[in-house]
Formats: sequence, structure tokens, C-alpha cells
Amino acid sequence: MNLRRDVFQAIADPTRRAILMLVAAQSMTAGLIASNFDTARPTVSKHLQILTECELLKQEQNGREIYYHINAKKMKEVADFIEPFRQMWDDRFNKLEDIMKDYLPNK
Amino acid sequence: MEQKTKINAEEGKQELVITRQFDLPLELLFKAYVTPEIVEQWMGTKVLKLENKRHGSYQFETTDPKGNKHGFNGVIHEFVANQKITRTFEMENTPFAVWLEYLEFEKITENTSKLRMHIVYKSVELRDQMLQLPFAQGINMAHQRLEEIVSKLK
Repeated sequence: MNLRRDVFQAIADPTRRAILMLVAAQSMTAGLIASNFDTARPTVSKHLQILTECELLKQEQNGREIYYHINAKKMKEVADFIEPFRQMWDDRFNKLEDIMKDYLPNK
Repeated sequence: MEQKTKINAEEGKQELVITRQFDLPLELLFKAYVTPEIVEQWMGTKVLKLENKRHGSYQFETTDPKGNKHGFNGVIHEFVANQKITRTFEMENTPFAVWLEYLEFEKITENTSKLRMHIVYKSVELRDQMLQLPFAQGINMAHQRLEEIVSKLK
């Protein structure tokens, strides 16, 4: 019997994080994912199995191909995944504020 | 510390709202959006074109650390100085569908102002994908740093 997979354990592995990164940008087949790594294909398959078991990835049949895509709901459990997005805008707006303060009169 | 930038992204909706308060008079906040040299500084992008008018258009271009160029463009649908900009936003050469941005600028006091950015995507999936992008880039960067460290150990 398989040990119950833990999401945090799943993302602790750099290859699995890289797989999530790839698939976050675009749904992909196992073959396409594997072509992005030097690792042997069975190793990549194992990683995909783990990510699917802990529901970070979802499989979707499209004709004869199976596509992997990110399960956004589960990703939210991993970390507050909106935080980097918020941080990105916060950084931009902080910069905007800094720059514009130079345009304030009497300063 | 209270967060100055807030994101409201409700589950299962194809839109999100970004709000931010600025310690800047409304006019200066608006100026930051319409002056190409200033947009370039805070957005970290090159401004190839920026026509601040109804039915005008804009074109931005960023260069990533690997030297790849990424183009962004859109059309301006509404333009009211110091009040609002409604525009489309397209990431060129990506599978991401164009989205719609409603920017509302508001005066709070003489020296403070507020921006509300309402973004409407083509689908819930696309919105969630866009929310994930910086997260994905973050783990990608962490991964690259790890690779660099590992390759130095070899």
C-alpha cells in the first residue's frame, strides 16, 4: 500500500516544483513534460504520479493524450498562492509611490 | 504591518480586484500611468507606444534575465484624466486570452489617493492561472538558484 502522500512533501522536491512551474504555464502531456528534463522518463512519470496522487495535478483525457494541469484549489492549500501575485503588485506600487514622491511640490 | 495592496479574488469567479492606497495626490498617481518614462520605471518595461485617449493603444516590451523579449499590448476604451482608464491587456505569443482592465483613480485627501483595478478574464481557469504565474516564477527562480548552487558543487 502506498503511504498517503503529503502535499508539502510533494513540493519539497526541486524536480516536482519545476514540473508544477511548467504545467502552471500550460497544460502538458507526460511526454512533453519529460522532454524538459534530463531525468529518465520513468523518473518523471513517478514524479507525475506523486503530484497527481496528492491532487496538485489533475489529468484530463484529450483524445488519445492525457494532459496534466494544475489543480488551483489544492495549490491554495500548499501556500497562500495569491501572496506572490499580491507581492508583485505591491512592489510595483511601492516603486510608483517612491518615484512620484520626487514630483511632490516643496520637496 | 497593514498591507497597502489588497487582492480580492473570489473562488470560482473570472475576475479579481486589486486595490491600493497611495501617499500621493490623485494627479501624481494618474501621471504615473500616463507618462511613458515614468511607466517604464515602475513597471520595469519599455514603453514602445502609449496613446492616452479613447481608442488609443499601447505597447510595452520587457526583457527577461535570459534576454528574451516579451511584448504586451492593448487598446484603450475609456480615458478620463484623473478618473479612469479602461483597457484591454494582451500578453503576446502566449496562449493567454486577452483580458479587460478597469482602472479607477480616486482622491481620498489632498495628499492621498486610491487605485482600484478590476480585471476580467476570459475564464475562471485563466484567472487562476494568472494568479499562479508569480508563484510559479518564484519556485522556478528558487529551482534555478538551487541548480546554480549544485552545479558549483560539481
